[in-house]
Amino acid sequence: MRTQILKFWLALAVLWHVLFMSLPQASAGIFEKTLGNGLKVIVKEDHRSPVVVQQIWYHAGSMDENIGVTGIAHVLEHMMFKGTKKVPVGQFSKLISAAGGRENAFTSNDYTAYFQQLHKSRLPLAMKLESDRMSNLHLTGAEFSKEIKVVMEERRMRTDDDPQALMNEKLMAVAYQEHPYRSPVIGWMNDLQTLSVEDAKRWYKSWYAPNNATLVVAGDVKASEVFALAQRYYGGIPARSLPTRKSFSEPPQAGIKRIVVKAPAKLPQLVMAYHAPTLRDMGKDWQPYALQILAGILDGNASARLNRALVREQQLASAVNVEYDSTSRGPSLFMLAGIPSEGRNVTELESGLREQIAMLKRDGVSEDELKRVKAQVTASEVYKLDSLFYQAMQIGQMESIGLSFKDIPVILQKLQAVTPQQVQDVAREYLQDDQLTIAVLDPQPLPGKTVQSD
Amino acid sequence: MHTKIFAALWFWVVSISSAFAAPHIQHWQAPSGARVYFVENHDLPMLDLTVTFAAGSSFDTTEKSGLAGLTHSMLDLGAEGLSEDDIARSLADIGAQLGMNFDADRAGVSLRTLSSIAERTQSLDIVARLLQYPLFPEKVLSREKARLIAALKESETKPDSIAEKAFGKSVFGSHPYGFPVSGEIASVEKIQRSDIEDFYRQHYQAKTAVVAIMGDVTRTEAEWIAQKLTDNLPQGGDLAQVAPVTMQIKSVEQRISHPATQSHILMGVPGLARKDPDYFPLYVGNHILGGGGFVSRLMHEIREKRGLAYSVYSYFIPMKLPGAFQIGLQTQKHQADEALQLVRSTLRDFIDKGITEKELQASKQNIIGGFALRIDSNRKIVDYLSVIGFYELPLTYLDDFVANVDRVTSEQIRSAFKRRINPDAMATVIVGAPESLDPDKGKGDGR
Repeated sequence: MRTQILKFWLALAVLWHVLFMSLPQASAGIFEKTLGNGLKVIVKEDHRSPVVVQQIWYHAGSMDENIGVTGIAHVLEHMMFKGTKKVPVGQFSKLISAAGGRENAFTSNDYTAYFQQLHKSRLPLAMKLESDRMSNLHLTGAEFSKEIKVVMEERRMRTDDDPQALMNEKLMAVAYQEHPYRSPVIGWMNDLQTLSVEDAKRWYKSWYAPNNATLVVAGDVKASEVFALAQRYYGGIPARSLPTRKSFSEPPQAGIKRIVVKAPAKLPQLVMAYHAPTLRDMGKDWQPYALQILAGILDGNASARLNRALVREQQLASAVNVEYDSTSRGPSLFMLAGIPSEGRNVTELESGLREQIAMLKRDGVSEDELKRVKAQVTASEVYKLDSLFYQAMQIGQMESIGLSFKDIPVILQKLQAVTPQQVQDVAREYLQDDQLTIAVLDPQPLPGKTVQSD
Repeated sequence: MHTKIFAALWFWVVSISSAFAAPHIQHWQAPSGARVYFVENHDLPMLDLTVTFAAGSSFDTTEKSGLAGLTHSMLDLGAEGLSEDDIARSLADIGAQLGMNFDADRAGVSLRTLSSIAERTQSLDIVARLLQYPLFPEKVLSREKARLIAALKESETKPDSIAEKAFGKSVFGSHPYGFPVSGEIASVEKIQRSDIEDFYRQHYQAKTAVVAIMGDVTRTEAEWIAQKLTDNLPQGGDLAQVAPVTMQIKSVEQRISHPATQSHILMGVPGLARKDPDYFPLYVGNHILGGGGFVSRLMHEIREKRGLAYSVYSYFIPMKLPGAFQIGLQTQKHQADEALQLVRSTLRDFIDKGITEKELQASKQNIIGGFALRIDSNRKIVDYLSVIGFYELPLTYLDDFVANVDRVTSEQIRSAFKRRINPDAMATVIVGAPESLDPDKGKGDGR
């Protein structure tokens, strides 16, 4: 089905540095158990409402794909709704729907996840169906050839016809020289055109195993009952040996890179993307936390530095945006983006952004700015409790990228401990031209004519 | 999940289950005249609230289209004693989140804050000031106008925005429901600060305000909050009325060229109002046609059987007056006509032959069985409170929802759709239309 992760994350992007940073007080009400076949089951009890969410996270995403078969992780996600021997095509969705449920799935660079939200009494049905397709998926050429067309339409809609997404795709392909993050989750069109059902089968056999997955259940349930259900439905699926995962280390960038992307649009855009690290050792690392706080200082609220200086005061930009994600299997980019105001151009905007970076490096940040970002982190930690889905999501995500849900409170503590000096230090270390890629959207005029018949 | 199909569910924000009770809604009128809807809940140490006015884009004129939106977006950009930066900073300092909601009917401000006294007091103070003492600073206004115009210019290049704009015009003609919610470049340029002050005085009155409060405060505190947020809103003056929507439209098909690889197709008519007696039959019926996600007929025909599109949906947008019924999809250009014909035949079949009892049962099971999911968070409940208050739905709306859905018959669905939607008299917009096509051929099914 399903949604491909790109947009999903874009939608969350604003929340991201606030939400994800925001972490729960200890691991209260969270229980875990690993089944004999290696499936890790994590339960978050929350009795506010008689509902439950089941999410299964497979620890395989587009970064595990090989050259020539990009997009296969996401295509398989679509194919997971195409039936098993016992549950023919279309039935999965019908059964969940008739149970009052909502369902979908998403794929990212790092993982692939499936979920159902239902009344708590229907959890056994969701488990029965989800466990069935973990090992019994029936992949046919006929269904594949229809679904691959849907995926190509998805690519056209999300990327090819969306100038900003197209620019971001090309930016990633240039910023990363070796790391598989250079390929889009949805896959290159040429690969989509040549993928076959055999590729899907190979992917499914390689990665869809209980010992490569985490099951997260959150809601009005008892952990002991969920563990028993999980044992009953998933426990009989045998573990399998998994392919060796390659490790990648992006070679150091040896100087600034620039690209121009032409697409039908009115306004130009600018993105400055700096290579940046992600969390590896929760206890010892400090730079990713400082970068996360820096993102908040630059763009955490409407009066944060970039909006105040460039949009409000200088009126050099009509919009600015900062993105950085400290938690992923691979490396990260610290990105500053903006749209110049009318009458201004990307060169001026680049200078404006560079001036802000120079100020950071020279003068650092104030305690007040730091306190403000930390207050948002603290509050978001409470707000997060209003959404079962995101609580489950955060757990699944941590587990899928090689960290643990138990690290969540550690992240929170470490974020609160970041000092102004550390923020200044990471700005100095990472916001440097030698690790910078700049992308510019060069807008092309549209030929326009309308035909009306009535 | 963030496909259009699911976004469409938002418009149906109002629904519910049998298995457990809906939240207890308390309702009163504040001394200011504002209507208040409150659910007390102390599970989480937080508070959600919204204040909503009848000040959406349907109160715009052609001449100054965009005025309602600009007035709304200026609210948090300067208030007595507070610059725009003071507002943003003081809220951020305590981790409070301000939200701005705007559509054709409604202009609203929402606040999410920690409920502890210091945080709550500070955030409510800011919101009270920006609602009741906005300054609309001249310098900020000219900057915001420039930003809005830039965004409008950009949207004129995007196939989905082009389609939405043309669709609104085709369905609603000169009625303000057909105006682009953010206005037009030429009309926004004309807007002056005095226009904004006038619009504010006329449309942000205490007696039209609806305050929804959900969370960790007591009834007494909620009463105080509602009054504090509305006490000094403008008073007096007659409330503006929006002209009725013309329900019958003639068949129009518009083909707009665009270099995109896909055609964006929209098709529709004026649909139903929030308080319409046909509301439930149309809601349940549309769930079967194109609102129920992967099990809907349109999804089955267009995507599952033929792989013609990633997203295809239909929905009613229930508004104060009848909002649009809309079908939408995107597909590769050369398949646009095939997809359009399929949508038309699926719709025609649905309207002519109605639905099966099996389909009806399945849809009811989904809607009723999923009731609990609609009210499983403070955020969702405060949104319901706001809808119930603004549209003056019964206070028992949530309690009755399941029974209202359960009562719907296939005959009611058939009859309601037949009366509302004439497949021979619909507006169709195709942006990124297949270039080789003879425009005259486009009429096809449309009569």
